[in-house]
Amino acid sequence: MFNFGQWTAAFNSWLMGLGTPEWLGITIECVLIAVLILLTYTVLALFYILYERKLCAWFQCRLGPMRVGPWGLTQVFADMFKILIKELISLKDTDRFLFKLAPYIVITSSVVMLACLPWGNGLQIINWNIGIFFVLAVSSVGVLGILLAGWASNNKYTLIGAMRSGAQMVSYELSLGLSIITIVVLAGTMNINEIVLEQANGWFIFTGHIPAIIACIIYVIAATAETNRGPFDLPEAEHELTAGYHTEYSGIHFGFFYLAEYLNLFIVSGIASLMFLGGWMPFHIPGWDGFNAVMNWIPSIVWFVGKAFFISFVIIWFKWTFPRVRIDQMLSFEWKYLMPFSLANLLLMTLCVAFGWHF
Amino acid sequence: MSDIKEKISKVCPSATFEEGEILLVNVPEKDWHAFAKQLKENKEFDFDVLSAVVGMDWKETIGVIYYLTSTSHNWNMLSVKVVCENRDDAYIHSVSDLWKVANFQEREVYDFFGIKFINHPDMRRFFLRNDWVGHPLRKDYDADPKLNPIRLDDEINEDDSKMYIEEGGKIVEKDSKVFGADDYVVNIGPQHPSTHGVMRFRTAVDGEEVKKVDVVSGYIHRGIEKLCEDLTYPQTLHFTDRMDYMSAHQNRHCLCMCIEKAMGLEIPRRAEVIRVMMDELMRISSHLLSFGCTAMDLGATTAFFYGFRERELVLDIFEKTCGARMSMNYNVIGGVIADLHPDFVKDVKHLIEIMPERLKEYHKVFSGNLIAKNRLVGVGMLSKENAINYAITGPSGRGSNWSCDCRKKHPYSIYSELDFEEVLLDGCDSYSRYMVRMKEIEQSIKILAQLVDNIPEGDIRAQVPKIIKLPAGRYYQQVEASRGTFGVYIESDGNKNPYRVHFQSPCFNLVGVMDLCCTGNMIADLITIGAALDFVIPDIDR
Repeated sequence: MFNFGQWTAAFNSWLMGLGTPEWLGITIECVLIAVLILLTYTVLALFYILYERKLCAWFQCRLGPMRVGPWGLTQVFADMFKILIKELISLKDTDRFLFKLAPYIVITSSVVMLACLPWGNGLQIINWNIGIFFVLAVSSVGVLGILLAGWASNNKYTLIGAMRSGAQMVSYELSLGLSIITIVVLAGTMNINEIVLEQANGWFIFTGHIPAIIACIIYVIAATAETNRGPFDLPEAEHELTAGYHTEYSGIHFGFFYLAEYLNLFIVSGIASLMFLGGWMPFHIPGWDGFNAVMNWIPSIVWFVGKAFFISFVIIWFKWTFPRVRIDQMLSFEWKYLMPFSLANLLLMTLCVAFGWHF
Repeated sequence: MSDIKEKISKVCPSATFEEGEILLVNVPEKDWHAFAKQLKENKEFDFDVLSAVVGMDWKETIGVIYYLTSTSHNWNMLSVKVVCENRDDAYIHSVSDLWKVANFQEREVYDFFGIKFINHPDMRRFFLRNDWVGHPLRKDYDADPKLNPIRLDDEINEDDSKMYIEEGGKIVEKDSKVFGADDYVVNIGPQHPSTHGVMRFRTAVDGEEVKKVDVVSGYIHRGIEKLCEDLTYPQTLHFTDRMDYMSAHQNRHCLCMCIEKAMGLEIPRRAEVIRVMMDELMRISSHLLSFGCTAMDLGATTAFFYGFRERELVLDIFEKTCGARMSMNYNVIGGVIADLHPDFVKDVKHLIEIMPERLKEYHKVFSGNLIAKNRLVGVGMLSKENAINYAITGPSGRGSNWSCDCRKKHPYSIYSELDFEEVLLDGCDSYSRYMVRMKEIEQSIKILAQLVDNIPEGDIRAQVPKIIKLPAGRYYQQVEASRGTFGVYIESDGNKNPYRVHFQSPCFNLVGVMDLCCTGNMIADLITIGAALDFVIPDIDR
């Protein structure tokens, strides 16, 4: 299987071969990576906006954007350009500093999470032994931005939206974390790259059978709630709170919330593909070497992105089918059903691993 | 009815009677409250529904006409006329303690006529700003624009309310506040995606829980009743399409019937059938919109589009025959304005054919959904007693198991010949109200199926004089609009324009239970309850 690490290593040795001091080389590489991440971030966000708009249109017997460009493909560029040039409206009686800080916190947390994903064989930016733990930690920072946005706007709708968001994200983080821990128990490591390599002989959703499937379902539900998407889109429930925590934002500040929301959808899908569907690992069946070789022929990055898009499709499907749940129903669902269930599932997985009841 | 006169004379010797289509009882103001209590609580009368409260200015005197209905006595109606003792400092005892629906109705009368209701808990204006000068429906109202310029500033003292109570034979004004000092009041509306128009609910919340809802209405008040007084009868018709635009045909049918009844005009059979078919198509369109909006307010946007997909078909039928998709202006005095489009029968048959399948699809995608059920079942409870007391008619009343279909209780047009059922559910919650609508679509389809092959040939309208004058008198007509019983009151003095027109709109009553239904529920439930009650704001504001 092609290792993208060869390219990066070649670039590194070429840079060093020019006689660059090590500190400068590392700085140049870091800057390049940062630019690359931001570019990927933007392109992905644009793709996701179109993806969701087209999908939702098809669910609703519509065509979706059709006018700008062939098949409406350049509609998103027009939209993004519009957001970029729109005025940043400043409001009276807001907490100026926090108001402006909030969107940056939200988008930073989602960019950092993006950087942790295993894009392909050898295509990984940060590779350390607490990888998945780090992702979970960073994802919790985003809620701080939402709370700040709600508070600093000095608006009753945004405050209620932010309160809902805080309650929701803190609660669902538990199930999310527990379902990830379930897989960590199976993998025996928190290193993202090793988790992927562990799945070379079958993805965890197959090798971990029942507890892994349960964990996957719990994860997808909790991830939908974590990303504030329907049916859990209460923090910005437009029919109750107009737009929730980002009601008062305009221009690119609103754009940041908007982009972060779509990218978080990609990120949670990416983590799901990492934990349950093998990340960039192709579909392997132990013993079928010819089949496995054909699968290996498909580039690893295509596997990863494809799986992530598939899980995003499921989450988008939820949103355009289900009505929105109510705040008390949502919280009782988490605390009374999802969390105890994931705890029991964790126990089941531990037993499976302890007694070797897995493939 | 002579029987009831004797009974009334027994409990209220000062009452005098005027015969008419509906018996009118004249009661002196000082005896009114005691008499009203008798009418409501005495089982011999049992007038449990206050159908309409009509403020009146007879130039020398000013007063109120109450229309009462007794559900236990064959839906008999009675009207009571109460005249204020003093025209310039007018007082009437409030009956809002007996019939809760009178709360908002009396506020409307106060707003338009300046009649103050003694013991009313919250005597504020209902439609107009609290700094409005004068009371516009009084005949001595000064309409000088200098008195009431277009004000660009906010209303001040929104929280101030008044009460008038009797103390030692004198009437004393008492100030009160709508909300307490430490209430966290959130404005839901007037610009809000889920109020279905420019309605404003000032909502006191404790966290997510609603403590109190104060309805602030009048953002699209157009003064239709006032405007009607300066127009001829045919000119007044078009307003009805613009009140509840989802019941345009039924509302206009009602006004036309009221005028035709007063003129003693016979309507050609073909026109009657067309009117009823249009009414039922309108009902289907309205209930489909209601389905879509309920789904949308609950966040199920896809179901919304499904509802609108079928509503398009109905609107296409309207467009072909009436020339418009909204505000059709189709009924006229004596019949309908244009004959049916050649495609009408074919299109209606197509609708009859596909609707049962589509309804199943709706139930699959929305009604049967667990989340939707959790959001709707048991939310916004309204008992049958309260539904009657607040005069909540239409699908919302029938969701509380109150049989109140005007098509059955006071059959009009050709409804008595038709075979259809009155849909009743006993859940008393938002889900029942929603399901009643879905089932009423089936019933409307049934009515259409009976009529579509039996549209008689003939004239589409009767001959009417060029200038229409109604004989002096009072006329009251009710129909079953999409959202409940719609009533039209006309008082004529024999001229070519009405002396007074009052529209008793069902949504006005619906919005009256918002506080009752929402208190103790969540903010999200306020939206659900509003969607399931399905009020249309222009119908409230008029």
